Amino acid sequence: MSSDTSRAPTRLPATRSLDAKAPRRAPLGDSTAPRPGARRLHRKRAAAGLLYILPAAVVYLGFTVWPALNTVYLSFLDWDGILPPTWVGLANYAEVFTDPLLSSSIVHALVLIIFFSFVPIVVGLALTGLLMGKIKKGVTVFRVIFFLPYVLPLVAVGTTWRWMYNQDGLVNVLLGAVGLGDYTRAWLGDTGLALIALGLIGSWSLSGLCMMLFLAGAQKIDTGLYEAATLDGAGPLRQFTAVTLPGLRGEVTVAAVITTIAALASFDLVYVTTNGGPVNSTTVPGLLVYRLAFTESEIGTASALAVVLTALVIALVSAIRFVASRVDS
Amino acid sequence: MRARRGALTVRYVVLVALAAGVLLPFVSIVLASVQPSGTQLSGLALPSRVSWENFALAWNQGNFSQLMLSSVIVAVVVVPLAAVCATLAGYSLAVLRPYGSRAISLGFVLGLTLPSEVVVVALYFNLRGVGLTNSYLGVILAEVALFMPFGVYWMQTHFAAMPTELIEAGRIDGARDLAVLVRLLLPNSWPAITTLAVLLFMWSWNQFLLILVVMQDPDLRTAPAGLGFFVGQYTTNIPLLSAASLLVIAPIVAVYLLFQRNFVTGVTQGAIK
Repeated sequence: MSSDTSRAPTRLPATRSLDAKAPRRAPLGDSTAPRPGARRLHRKRAAAGLLYILPAAVVYLGFTVWPALNTVYLSFLDWDGILPPTWVGLANYAEVFTDPLLSSSIVHALVLIIFFSFVPIVVGLALTGLLMGKIKKGVTVFRVIFFLPYVLPLVAVGTTWRWMYNQDGLVNVLLGAVGLGDYTRAWLGDTGLALIALGLIGSWSLSGLCMMLFLAGAQKIDTGLYEAATLDGAGPLRQFTAVTLPGLRGEVTVAAVITTIAALASFDLVYVTTNGGPVNSTTVPGLLVYRLAFTESEIGTASALAVVLTALVIALVSAIRFVASRVDS
Repeated sequence: MRARRGALTVRYVVLVALAAGVLLPFVSIVLASVQPSGTQLSGLALPSRVSWENFALAWNQGNFSQLMLSSVIVAVVVVPLAAVCATLAGYSLAVLRPYGSRAISLGFVLGLTLPSEVVVVALYFNLRGVGLTNSYLGVILAEVALFMPFGVYWMQTHFAAMPTELIEAGRIDGARDLAVLVRLLLPNSWPAITTLAVLLFMWSWNQFLLILVVMQDPDLRTAPAGLGFFVGQYTTNIPLLSAASLLVIAPIVAVYLLFQRNFVTGVTQGAIK
């Protein structure tokens, strides 16, 4: 999912092209020189290879790729799901960008990136720093706790946080306890703050994921670098910024990609917490795609919004990878 | 030395505070769930008496017998089916390498960035056309398809990292492709497959949008999707909603605590490999 991961698949073709350079080389397992039958055997084996891929490919093509392409097709239609559709060209796309409700949902999704991506990466890095080095006791317990929110269904997370943000909920109780009782409110009911409150649920849920990615990455950093830094008189903080952070560039990229997709394609959390309200201040593309397609029977507009969302995901993921590759070189 | 001790203490204090931040919401819903149904309560209020009635009430009112059954049916079919498809495809792409495997790998990997929103709109109408809406089969096939990009990628990288001598030795002994996979590679692949299965279970259990779209009939939905519906009906009954939330998260928390190591390797290696 990153520049690192895209390396994995390309490794295979690399070995393949080696084979191609020695076209007469017999396939694996044939120890003798090329025979007339060898090539046919190779072809047979290749065909058999495709057979193994068939079940995965059929399901993937039929139930993901084909519907996705169909959604693109539907985005050019005016259709209510029942009567014959009419071709409207790019009209649905024009609507996505001009209708304030639809275009503001895209802006909201972009705002969520701050809370779903930037905040978790910063918190994840902080947790990684705290859990590394001299600390020994309880590290596993902390890791298990911090990662826990990520494995929960977002519907249950949302239901829980509705209650946390309630007028009588935990957030207000804690504010009251530290003398900030004047600031209590129904957080998800405040047009100016609901989106931020929603975003912070994402931060709560995704910080542990980032921490896990970074801790795994930190284990791969050459310990000699830390020894050298200690000899240079660097303290724990200096070691973290000089050795750990640069060593985690790859993992930060991966975390940014995963969490950005989570922010842009968010649906579950918004659906159960605010359902887009109050006054459409927390609408996101996923929510409107669902609403337009399945309650308002505006299939064409829903499809166009879904396609724009996909384009946005691909553009931002490519941008993150591009920036990461520039930093690496 | 004392300064270092102090620094370590500060670290623990910060970690404990953050852990409390993660856990407090759970404490809050556990406390709320044992209050009498419909009670107006606040934050971390301790119940005057512990009552378990909300769990029974939520279970019955939310139709959770049916919802849990649906969740289990879907997960029990999706996990092995997706794991087998991914294993076969991953093996072929990493070891057999038929013509076009590079393009096929790329095709699967591209699916990782596809948001499910762009799939579900047309998926509903496609499934409706063949009578697979409101059907377990429709949901199962759609979920398997949705998890295929990661599954194939995971198994392919796993098999590609296996020693080639192992495979070549098998080939020289005249073993067929399937025998190489089953007798030589699978015995060394169970950790990778277990990890994949655990992740598949999590995604299947937590799936929401897909269920909402394909299962228009609320009675056929899975537990999380049912919870989403339940929240809309009992917006203000906090004890009841808390009990329902705990019912839905209990299975996945149990699986997480049992297979904690697999979750971690799956999520970290799956992303970085």
